[in-house]
Amino acid sequence: MQITSFINIILGLLLAPLLLGIINKTKASFAGRTGQPLLQAYYDIIKQLQKGAVYSKTTSWIFRAGPVVGLSAVLVALAIVPVGGIAAPLAFSGDLLLLAYLLGVMRFFTVLAALDTGSSFEGMGASREVLFSAIAEPAFLIGLAAIARETGIMSLSHMLPAAHFFSPEVVLVVASLLVVFLCENARIPFDDPNTHLELTMIHEVMVLDHSGPDFAFILYSSALKLWVLGLVIVGLIFPSPAGSFWPAPVSTAICGLILLAIIVGIIESLMARLRLLRIPQLLVAAGSLSAFAFILILR
Amino acid sequence: MSLPAFKTLRNCQTIAIDDVPLVDTTVFRNSIITAVEGGSRICALFGVPRDRLDPQVFSKQLSRAVIRVFAVLAHDREGTLFIISTDIRGSYAALTPDCPQAHWFERELFEQWGVVPEGHPWLKPIRFHKTYNKTEDQTNARESMIGITDFFRLEGSEIHDVAVGPVHAGIIEPGHFRFQCHGEYVYHLEISLGYQHRGIEPALIGGPTKRTLHYMETLAGDTTIGHAMAFSHLMETIMGVSVTPRAKTIRGIALELERLANHIGDLGALAGDVGFLPTASYCGRIRGDVLNLTALLCGNRFGRSLVLPGGVAFDLDNTLVQQLKDRLRAAFSEVSAAVNLLWDTPSVMARFENAGRISKETAKSLGLVGPAARACDIVRDARYDFPAGIFRFSQIPVSTWDTGDVFARAYVRWLEIQRSVTFIQNQLEMWPEGKTETEIKNLAANSLAVSLVEGWRGGICHVALTDSRGLFSHYKIIDPSFHNWMGLAMALRNQQISDFPLCNKSFNLSYCGHDL
Repeated sequence: MQITSFINIILGLLLAPLLLGIINKTKASFAGRTGQPLLQAYYDIIKQLQKGAVYSKTTSWIFRAGPVVGLSAVLVALAIVPVGGIAAPLAFSGDLLLLAYLLGVMRFFTVLAALDTGSSFEGMGASREVLFSAIAEPAFLIGLAAIARETGIMSLSHMLPAAHFFSPEVVLVVASLLVVFLCENARIPFDDPNTHLELTMIHEVMVLDHSGPDFAFILYSSALKLWVLGLVIVGLIFPSPAGSFWPAPVSTAICGLILLAIIVGIIESLMARLRLLRIPQLLVAAGSLSAFAFILILR
Repeated sequence: MSLPAFKTLRNCQTIAIDDVPLVDTTVFRNSIITAVEGGSRICALFGVPRDRLDPQVFSKQLSRAVIRVFAVLAHDREGTLFIISTDIRGSYAALTPDCPQAHWFERELFEQWGVVPEGHPWLKPIRFHKTYNKTEDQTNARESMIGITDFFRLEGSEIHDVAVGPVHAGIIEPGHFRFQCHGEYVYHLEISLGYQHRGIEPALIGGPTKRTLHYMETLAGDTTIGHAMAFSHLMETIMGVSVTPRAKTIRGIALELERLANHIGDLGALAGDVGFLPTASYCGRIRGDVLNLTALLCGNRFGRSLVLPGGVAFDLDNTLVQQLKDRLRAAFSEVSAAVNLLWDTPSVMARFENAGRISKETAKSLGLVGPAARACDIVRDARYDFPAGIFRFSQIPVSTWDTGDVFARAYVRWLEIQRSVTFIQNQLEMWPEGKTETEIKNLAANSLAVSLVEGWRGGICHVALTDSRGLFSHYKIIDPSFHNWMGLAMALRNQQISDFPLCNKSFNLSYCGHDL
């Protein structure tokens, strides 16, 4: 374990909300607006942390546990994803499964907290979230399995740098992971993070009742989730040799993340949301891409 | 076509109240049903206490209970209005089972005057106010709490209700929506309004006063010009005054600017609801630019104090006309680019097409008006069918589309934007000379007149009755939203609940215009 890998975690903790700012700035420039400040996500988180939380009398401890468990899960995930080929501090063989299920735990508790409020909106959002993630998860896992099979390594820290981007399997997996990335992070075309229409929301509607520090945790965890999943994609696209000097691969990875954020912003500017009925179809398509990549490797 | 029992009149024509045929309730009912089957639609159906119509007959106790019900029917293709009336005491056989578009009117009649339409399938208040008939001690005289009522229920262990509002997440007006859902699938939507009820109609009795015009301008703030025009036409008709061509032109331009601003705003909002950023942002700004053109006319972005009985309060000089032309051309070229982006983007079209579809039959039987009706291939446009003011000299083609879905409602708006821009440009080219105001007189006594104006949301209908002193003994306002709310409920049947905001925006109905 190296000291540099801890620096990577700190970088993640500090820079994750910046990605949201970059996405919003990109969208604003497409719409011909100035847009919110680049650091708005930080301001929001700080503002929410200073507020008190309001709890409904009908909620139980699960409602309060949701944001805390979510943040803890994504923090552990941050510790198993490598930055630019530098091994993560908690790397071990098989950690790619842990990553998928850490995100699963996070979602599970968000959903439970949403159901705990008893609100019909949050119930609706929870049911949508569970349905879509049930289809997105296989796409994610099979995609990673394909890479693991190709490289023969089961640890993200060593597997991602070893993948060759120009092989057809990896291209397919990257395409599939990009779809999962947009779905998991509640971005267009799956969900509209800016909407105020509670009947159309997926992720946003589940956290309507959270306030103050709880909501700050939720905002921060979703920024970290964007960072973690982004690193997996960027790690596949820019595989850097493990031996190179620290700043080079790390700055490559961070530039990759910024590029990814800009691409997300462009996608959100160029297309409308899908009709809710069509979302499973797109996710199944992503799953098929992953499965096809896996078959290509087995042949 | 002429209907035997009815009195025929045109838009903006004054008749004596005594000339309105007074028939037996059965004849009244049958005539309306026959006429609606023959292609007419109900424009207005309202009650007036009989003692208010002839105060000479002073048997107060008795006549209080008698409500004279007037029905104004419109035959769009003929361009003719038909009027009939009957006296009703207590109850009568409801029209609704045979004529669904009477549904909302009869509920209103029941709520305002305690007249019970026997056999009405869903009789409950629409605005939750006390009955206007104070001495009436019938069942609905009890004070009703707003929104507290029986709602349509679907039974079954997997069915659930989703209740939205009256407080919403966005900055919009209050209204309560109840969805009967199975998962994401909507079986039925029931809409409960009345949160914006201010009692405008009772406040207008005994008018016109200084306040009357301001009530009209704020009936539905986004239709200021439309309602002020309907009111002014009505006043001028009953006064027997005709306004100058220059005033008519300015009114026409203002009405079309109002349509432009709202249609552009709606297209932007539709794009926003599907998360399509570019059109949403650009249309939002261009709407502001068009509102500023109205401000150029009169200093107010919504056109307050522009239209008044006898003409318009502000004139345009040549520099303003030139400025209006230039800025309109610029706004139009920008809006063309922004809106055409919608039709060229497959992901947007995938959301718009087949969402919230209404069949032509449903639209006809509900008596929908405005872009919502024209999107169902119904040729219904008061500017064309019942022209008044400038539209008697300069016609605007009716824009229709035939699919009845969100796309059709959006596309009809786009067609109307183009035609309104052409209309305004033509008007600015041939600019009549003259004054903008005409001397106004007193209202004729014991008269009745109907005024129809095609506001941006659809046909606005105002009906005024004057007493022996030439004051309003009754003033009836029917905002297009009054016809169309039921259309929204029908559009949501068999849809996904997540498409509700989109369908709602494609109608964009007024809460305060409905609640009055």
